[in-house]
Formats: sequence, C-alpha cells, structure tokens
Amino acid sequence: MTQEYRKEKKYGMVIDLDKCTGCGACMVACMAENNVPFRDNETDKLKSITWMRVYQLNNGKSYPNEEICYLPRPCMHCEGHNGHSPCVTVCPAIATDYDRETGIVSQIITRCFGCRYCMGACPYHARYFNWWDPVWPDGMEKSLSPNVSPRMRGVVEKCTFCFHRYQLAYEKAASEGRRELRENEYQPSCTQACPAGAITFGDLINKNQAVYKMKKDPRAFRLLERLGTNPKIYYLSSREWVRRAGDNYHPDEETGIVKNHR
Amino acid sequence: MKIDRRCFLSLGIGATAGTALSPLPWKLMDDISIWSQNWPWTPVPPDGEISYTDSTCTLCPGGCGITVRKIDNRVVKIEGRKNHPVNNGGICVLGLSGPQLLYGPTRVQSPMKNVNGTFQKITWNQALSEITEKLLTIRAEGRSHTVAGIAGSSRGTVPALLQRFLTAYGSPNFYCQSSIEDSFSLSHIQPQNNKTIPGFDLENADYVLSFGTGIMDGWGSPLRMIQAGNAWKTGKTKLIQVEPRLSDTAAKSDEWLPSKPGTEAILALGIAHVILLESLYDQTAINYHSEGFSTWRTAVLAHYHPDKVAEITGIDSRTIITVGREFGHAERPVAIFGRGKGNTPLSLTEMSAVHALNVLVGNVNKTGGVFTLPEPNYISWPEISLDTKAETGLQTKQIAEGGLLHRLPSAIKEAEDSVTLLFVADANPCYTLTDTKEVIRAFKKIPFKVSFSSYMDETATLSDLILPNHSYLERYEDVPVTSGLRNPLIGFTKPIVNPLFQTKHTGDVIISIARAMKGSIGSSFPWENYLQCLKNGLGQHWNPLINNDVVEIKYVPEFEDIPRFAFQIPNDKPQVLLEGNENNMNLTLIPSDSLRLSSGYIGAPPFMMKTLPDTILTDNNTIIQIHPKTAEKLGLRQGCYAILKTPKDEKKVKIHLSQGIGEDIISFPRGLGHTAYDRYLAGKGINFNELIGPVEDTFSGLDVAWGIRASLIKA
Repeated sequence: MTQEYRKEKKYGMVIDLDKCTGCGACMVACMAENNVPFRDNETDKLKSITWMRVYQLNNGKSYPNEEICYLPRPCMHCEGHNGHSPCVTVCPAIATDYDRETGIVSQIITRCFGCRYCMGACPYHARYFNWWDPVWPDGMEKSLSPNVSPRMRGVVEKCTFCFHRYQLAYEKAASEGRRELRENEYQPSCTQACPAGAITFGDLINKNQAVYKMKKDPRAFRLLERLGTNPKIYYLSSREWVRRAGDNYHPDEETGIVKNHR
Repeated sequence: MKIDRRCFLSLGIGATAGTALSPLPWKLMDDISIWSQNWPWTPVPPDGEISYTDSTCTLCPGGCGITVRKIDNRVVKIEGRKNHPVNNGGICVLGLSGPQLLYGPTRVQSPMKNVNGTFQKITWNQALSEITEKLLTIRAEGRSHTVAGIAGSSRGTVPALLQRFLTAYGSPNFYCQSSIEDSFSLSHIQPQNNKTIPGFDLENADYVLSFGTGIMDGWGSPLRMIQAGNAWKTGKTKLIQVEPRLSDTAAKSDEWLPSKPGTEAILALGIAHVILLESLYDQTAINYHSEGFSTWRTAVLAHYHPDKVAEITGIDSRTIITVGREFGHAERPVAIFGRGKGNTPLSLTEMSAVHALNVLVGNVNKTGGVFTLPEPNYISWPEISLDTKAETGLQTKQIAEGGLLHRLPSAIKEAEDSVTLLFVADANPCYTLTDTKEVIRAFKKIPFKVSFSSYMDETATLSDLILPNHSYLERYEDVPVTSGLRNPLIGFTKPIVNPLFQTKHTGDVIISIARAMKGSIGSSFPWENYLQCLKNGLGQHWNPLINNDVVEIKYVPEFEDIPRFAFQIPNDKPQVLLEGNENNMNLTLIPSDSLRLSSGYIGAPPFMMKTLPDTILTDNNTIIQIHPKTAEKLGLRQGCYAILKTPKDEKKVKIHLSQGIGEDIISFPRGLGHTAYDRYLAGKGINFNELIGPVEDTFSGLDVAWGIRASLIKA
C-alpha cells in the first residue's frame, strides 16, 4: 500500500444537454439534500437561492424555427490555474477554498462574514447571499437533514458537490478498509435524482471513470471557458447554437476550445 | 492639570481617532453580527441513525418507487427507488418535495367541523357519530340515493371501499374524474362489459408520432416517459411532436409539427390518407383487431387529402406525406394520444383518428406498439349484501347522467337537494374541475360535504366535515398504476413514520362508519380494520407486495378477449369546437402543462414553487405566452399587463412574448391559482380551470374541452 493518504482527484460533472428535459428534479433534489431555505415569494430569481439552477436557452429564431434547450447550472468548481478559482482568490476570510484532494471548491459558512466579493467574482452566478434568516413553517424543520447545517442570515452559500456525501462515502469505504472510492459510491443528489440520466459525475482525471471519456466528446464545451476559470462542469450538446451560447463568440469565430483537465 | 477647552477637544478628537483606528469598532460590529447570526432561530437538525425504507409515491398517477431516508424517526429526503419498473432511480420535483407535504402547514391535524365558516377541532368519536347519524337519517327517509361520493381514481381499495359503501348504502352515485383511458375504452367494442386501457410499449418503438402528448411534460407516468424518451435518443427512435406550442416535449423531439390548436384529429386522418393511398397498411391485422375499416377507408380517401388537411392544420402537405410514409414504413411505429399531461379526455373522433394509425400499421398488441389491456381488477372481496332499501336506492338514476363527474355541478344546481351528502376522497374537484366557479357554487349548495383530505385543499376548505387521512408516508395502501404502462402494476405504500397527527386511514373510517350502521351495510364490511380488508382484498398479491412494494400484472392478450377497435367514420368537422364567439374573441387559449407545476389534486409544495421560471409566475401574476405578432396587433408589449377574457371569466395577466407559439394562440400555465393550501401556494397566479368550461363530446359525453376562445385587452 502506498504511503499516499488520498490520491488527488478532480471531481466534476458532464451534463448531457441533449438528454436534459428541464424537469427541475436536480434543483429540488439539491434543495432537499442541502436544507436550502425558501420564502413566500421565490419569483425574484436574483434573490431565490438555488444552488442548482436550470436555465432555458433559445436559439433566437422566430416561430416555428425556435429551439429551446435547458442548461442546469451548479457551481462549476473552477480550478482556475492551479487552484486559483475566481471566488477563492478574492475571499478575505478563507471561507471558500479549493480542495486539492477532491477538486471541490468549499464554502465554510461559519467563516463567511458576508462581504460578497466571491459573488462578484463568480462569472456563473452560482453563489447566493442569505438576505434573511431562513424560516421553516412550524413542524417543517423536521424535514431538515443533519448532514448540512442550515445557513443563517448574512452568509454566502453555493453548491458543494454534496461534500457531505463524499465524507459519508469515504467513511464507509475506510471502515471497509478501502482508501479509494468506487465510481458510483459518491454521487451528488442532483446526479442521483435526474430521471433523464443527463448528469454524470466522477473523477475527471481517472481514466477508468465515465466522465474521463465523456469530457473528450466532440460535443463537449464548458461555460465561459476563455475566462480561464477552468470549470469542472462539462456540457454536451449536439447543437452548435447551444455550444455557442456557452461563451461570448465573435460572429465569425468558431467554437471548440482548449480542454484543461488531465 | 487643568482641562481647558483646547485640551478637552484634542482629547476627544484623539480618543475618536484612536478608537476608529483601533480594531475595536470593527471587532465589535463583527461580534454583534456573529452573535445575532447565532440566535437560536436557525434550527440545528438533530443527528441520528440513518435508515432507508422503500415505498410508493402516490402524489400523481405515475406510481414511482421511492426510497425514503430517515434520521431516527424523521423523514429527511425522498429519493427514486433503484431498479423499480416505473422510474428506476429517477424522481420528479413533486416526489422530492414529499417531506414538505408530510410536515407542512397544510396538513389537517385532526377531524374538523365547519361551524359558520370557521373550522373547529372535534374528536374522532364525535365526527364518526355525527356522520353515522346523518347517514342513518337520510336512509330512513328513503333518500339513500342522494348520498354521493367522488374519488380521485376508480381503482384501488380505498375508492373501491367508498364505492362499496355507497352501493351497500343504496346509492349509485360514485364518481371519479374521466381521463383519456375512458376515451380509449369507448373507441373499442368490448367482448364483455369490461374496460380497455391502453398500454404503450414505448421502450421498443422505433417511430413515435405524438399528438400533443406531453412525453417530457408529465403525461402518464412522467419519469417512465422521460426515460423512454431518452432511450429513443440513443436508439435512433424518431419522435414527431404535433403540438401548437413549443413544449418541452416539442423541444426534445426530432421534428416539431406546430399544428393549429384542435386540428390533431384532422392531421391524423391526413396521415392515414397517405398510408391508405400508398397501401402501407396491414390488412390482416386490421381484420383481426377492428371493425368498419372499408367504409372508413372510403371516407378518409375522399375527404382527407393532404392538401386539404394542410390548409386546416397549418402543416405543409409535403410534411404530412413524409410523416405518413415514415410511419407506414417504420418497423415498430406508434401513435400516442392525450394532450399535455393527458388528464383531459379526447373526443371519440380524435381518439379514433389517432388510434386508427396504430391499427392501420398493425402494431396493436405487438412489441413496440399499443396493447389493449383489461382493467386490472385484482381486489377479491366477498359479495356485498343488499337489503331492500339499498336495492331501491340503486335503481334510481345517477344524479349526473352517465356517471360523468363534470355533469354533477349542473345537476346539483338544477334540482333542489339532489345531493344531500357528499364524500370526497383523494380528489379536489373545487380546483381541478373546469368552470371552477360554478363547481364551487354547486358544491356550496350541498347541505353536508365530507372531505377525507390530508391537506387543507380547496375542497376541504369548503367542506362541513374533514376526516383527515394519514399522509401517504404514514399508511398502508395499494397503488394501482396503469398510466400507459405496458404492464399495469400494483404499487404499495407502507407507514414510513407513525402518524404525526390525529388522522385516520380513510379505509378505516369507511369501515367503521359502515359497521356502526349495522344491518346489511355492516355485514358487507366483515373486516375489523382496513389492514385486514387490504390483506383480504389483495389475496395472492399481499405477500409479494409487503416484501417488494410492487407487483407487475403481466397480461398476454388472447384472441377471444381482444377488444375490437371501431373505426369512426369522421364527419365533416372532426374538431371539438371552442366555446365562445369568434367575432369578439378571436384568440385561442390553450393550457401548458409542465412537470414543475402540479395540476392534479395535490398542490405544489414550496420547493416546487421555487423551480418555477419567471416566465410563468412573477410575484402573484400568471404570465401568458403569446407570439410577438399577436402582441403587436393588440398593442401589447413584453411584461405589460392585459385583461384576458373568455366566455367563463376574465383575469388580469402579464404578457411574455415567445417565438414558441403561433399567432393568435395564448399559452396559459396550468396548476396555479390555488386559494387553499399554504402561503407559498395560495393566491399565486390564476387557475386555468376557471377560464374554461366543460365541452361535451357528442358521442361519449365526456368533457373534452381542450381550450377556449379568448380576447386580450391592454390593462
């Protein structure tokens, strides 16, 4: 057995937009898993906390040639250059950090003091601020999971790739004497719930895992890749207009770009 | 030292500057905010032992398997059950929100009595003796037929118990909402007096022609449909979606045919014309499965030339010919029917026109095709005993003619005291029936209404007595699932947690009322409690169900019992006409179904409301979608308000311009506008059902309203 305690991993997702139907199950699976609060009026989407949010894109053509495509957007868990994620570099409280063991960008809510620099730095709007204390109607706090602390007013929160599930899976594996997790032992809630099987989760640098091959698909693209955020969410779409929507392209420019995770 | 003015000022300024420069104020501010953040109103969920229990979801007719995660005795999460025949691990937004229904503020926590408009808690003994007395009095007066019951479904032991009770009591008035299954059944000639339900072997089809079916929008068993739809993508099965708007299904289809609303039947006949003309049909299969082909053939060939059909439907005749040929040549093609979620029945003409395509290409009862399945009658109970009073009561005519629920409100309004007591179980007619205002008016006329609802829904709010059922996570019950599955199945729910409140299983309530009434009614219910009755009724299925929560009912059709499809000779106008005057209402209002909105009897829990895009609801405004050209004609702009008027009602709505819908059509989200439930749902948007009214099919009498004429005026 090697001395190395845990081998470096880069957990990430490949989301097949050809399969996604926009049903929203990933959004609610995330809310239910992570004790995401809700309010009377959730129609102001700037204030509505959705770690996972499904956007609707369209090709901008007129009837009957319009096409629509749904795009689920969790936190991209950007690696940046060598772990310099946009949000991590601006956080004055080290409340968000790039974990080199898993490649997950953490959010430590008890350290966060709500300056919201990270929200400004995140090009994906993946971070949300708690403008109010969360309130559950009488009795409904019974449905809260002990694996994720409910957040208080004044802190920023975001998708953690269900890090608690990683911990639980790792503990279980360790109790069985294993130091490596099997591919589907650790899956985030959204991945597990997706009825269309559109989300695949795994270690992007492990040759034996599905995501390793899928990210090399010619249909693959990442969001705003040229900002250098090096996001760990890959999208697949067979439609050129969808791939174009993933970044700001000059009309004459072609899509298809550098892929970073090896 | 003397402190003069100068000294005092410099000290003061010095102290201020010093404090400001020191970390003290910032530290204090930080401490205060941290301290106030930690005030105890942010709950700390207690830790405990994790356990997983399998059960079945009952929140829609889909019948998905669920795995419930508990921490000690608390339900914290519901996940899709792996390897379940329906959903195989997937789960939808409503199923995921289950814990919010279980613990939510909408639960009815004990029996409630409506005293002059306010609900008062009463005990079960009081509630049961009151209802029993009422029933005995009505029966003694010889008016047992004025007691009626509405159930959410016609299948399963609880609706069966209610129906059994009404029968033993002496009332033929048991109703449930009609569906496309009724339309399908009516388009067949039955060998026996049975019902035929459609089973689609979609997983094995290689060409799917969908007439407005919301394959990705919640038709049938929603997750099974999504999974079948995705398998088509990898298996190169082509999906053609006929629908006036760019729904999520249309967005996922290989080809979207944006037909004019309500012209689906004509388009189907146009496609049939191509198949007939090019002899792509299977004569042997047609002879085997149907009647009346030759006359139908002549009529279709004479009247439904693609050019003519193109004019009416707005679909190019070349496309019609291509689709007809592709459908005829495909190995396992299937035509699927039922608009949106498929909750509204279809006119017999439309049903026949679409299903005729299946019959033509000979895919009935074949792999990848449509199966004609018998009603899954699996409940085996002893015979009901009837006394003379029951027999007289049962001989009276049903209050709503033909047993059609949508006729009940007008029947109640027409005759005084036609219904004196109404039971409502697992249904919310005061929200889901069309022309809702009139339904509520009729409902209020009934002297005594009893709701079995677990949740404070619209119907419960208007009832005189609520006898709350356990929630689906607290009770045993069989969950029969048809919903277009190839093999219908029986799912099973079991108590995941002990009942949280003073609720009682509806089955138990019905049994104890019946037993308290004694006589032949009591003896028709020979069980001590519901569990015993369930075990007795399920017979051989009990053991597999208690062990595995699901049993598939495999059925192989044999020649003698095959129901034969009856070709309907289409008349000149196979369209269901819209209510309203074309001159002052020149727009067509159609509903849009979405998996993110629950339009059935369960209202959307808070999590679901959170997933609604701001193109459906902003604040409390329903947003309708219209084409920019429609808006231009009417002087409307993106985001402005307008008054939407239909023959039934008028409402203020907000405008969203969309290129996904044709001109002069309004798409309206279905599932909003609840008045009951909690503050997360009540008062948000408008109930689509209030804007349309029942339109009866001339052949079947079913309510087949698929839209209504409307006008829009800038507000």
